[in-house]
Amino acid sequence: MQKEKNTYILIYASVMVVLVALILAYVSDALHPQQAKNEAIDKMRQMLSSLNIVSGNKNAESLYNATITDSYLINSEGDKVEGDAFATDLAAEWQKPLAERSYPVFEASVAGDKKYILSLRGAGLWGPIWGFISLDEDKKTVFGASFGHEGETPGLGAEIDKPAFAHAFSGKKIFDPEGRFTSIAIVKPGKTAEGKDYVDGISGGTITSRGVDAMLYSSLEFYVPYLIK
Amino acid sequence: MKEIFVNPLNKNNPVTVQMLGICSALAVTSKLEPALVMALSVTVVVAFANVIISLLRNTIPNRIRIIVQLVVVAALVTIVNEILKAFAYDVSKQLSVFIGLIITNCIVMGRLEAFALANKPWPSFVDGVGNGLGYGLILVIVGFFRELLGSGALLGFKVIPDKIYEWGYENNGLMILPPMALVLVACVIWVQKSRDK
Repeated sequence: MQKEKNTYILIYASVMVVLVALILAYVSDALHPQQAKNEAIDKMRQMLSSLNIVSGNKNAESLYNATITDSYLINSEGDKVEGDAFATDLAAEWQKPLAERSYPVFEASVAGDKKYILSLRGAGLWGPIWGFISLDEDKKTVFGASFGHEGETPGLGAEIDKPAFAHAFSGKKIFDPEGRFTSIAIVKPGKTAEGKDYVDGISGGTITSRGVDAMLYSSLEFYVPYLIK
Repeated sequence: MKEIFVNPLNKNNPVTVQMLGICSALAVTSKLEPALVMALSVTVVVAFANVIISLLRNTIPNRIRIIVQLVVVAALVTIVNEILKAFAYDVSKQLSVFIGLIITNCIVMGRLEAFALANKPWPSFVDGVGNGLGYGLILVIVGFFRELLGSGALLGFKVIPDKIYEWGYENNGLMILPPMALVLVACVIWVQKSRDK
């Protein structure tokens, strides 16, 4: 059969595409359980990290089970609703109308003290960013935080997932002394924010820093009715 | 045979001589570790894509050869990405989008067009490894200097002692920004050209 004939080309392309599709489908299917497990462990590690607990891939699950005491979903009124908090995908919740959204809350016990972990999600420069923030029992003071991102620039925006950035949040308050919700501002290093607590952003990662600022505000805002109850 | 391997490391380096793959060289070199992993991933992809295309070279219709190459590369990159996600989750998280960008790395397509289509599988494999390493070499050199001068660290560990900071030394924030990668690549080319003159 001649190589440059149209029939040959058509058959060649079709066979190739079907073969590649089969191979990719098989690989994706075969590796999926392992990947899902990695993702779950990664999520646990991030939540533990927001409680200032450093964990490895091996001990994350047992530490998680020992630390997290309760988890539930809350709606926009701040009331508990049915559902699996760990599996809740904030990205999907965002697509829903406000009244139908439900956000996860995790209760943890660290050295005998009760902490609340709230879930955050927003947009960075290149893609989604997310995080967990833990509050003390007063539901006002930040105990710890951790952030993650899909593809921020290494060395710049990607620094938000480093402990150095997250640790700066400890002790900040998300309500002002009068009890109004203020969130925590991310400012350019050296600048300040009026009327609320602030944290230095990442030099050179301005847009990612702004993204974190917006994420904190929009995500925490949803939790306010629950927090002031 | 030795030349096929050694040439891309120096005399015919894909980055400094052929000027290919510059864009990913900017993106992943602000730190040493992603540069290393990227170098390894590109080497694996070029080597295997070269072998596959070389095996198929007598059956590929000329008119759709670019499409065939693209499909092979895209499939390989997807598999590498899936494997990293399953077995090296932390690394895959760090490289994230850049793994996908290997598909558009001109070096991969360039080697398939220029070498694999006309050569037997084994030399093609050697050529792929050589070019991957030639690319990786530049990435690692650039990543080394950018992390050292920009963050005062190597592979995430602080290497510049605090004492020196007390004397007034400061990390050069410019090094972290993409333009400095171009300047560093230019310096590497300068050194290479004046040495090989």
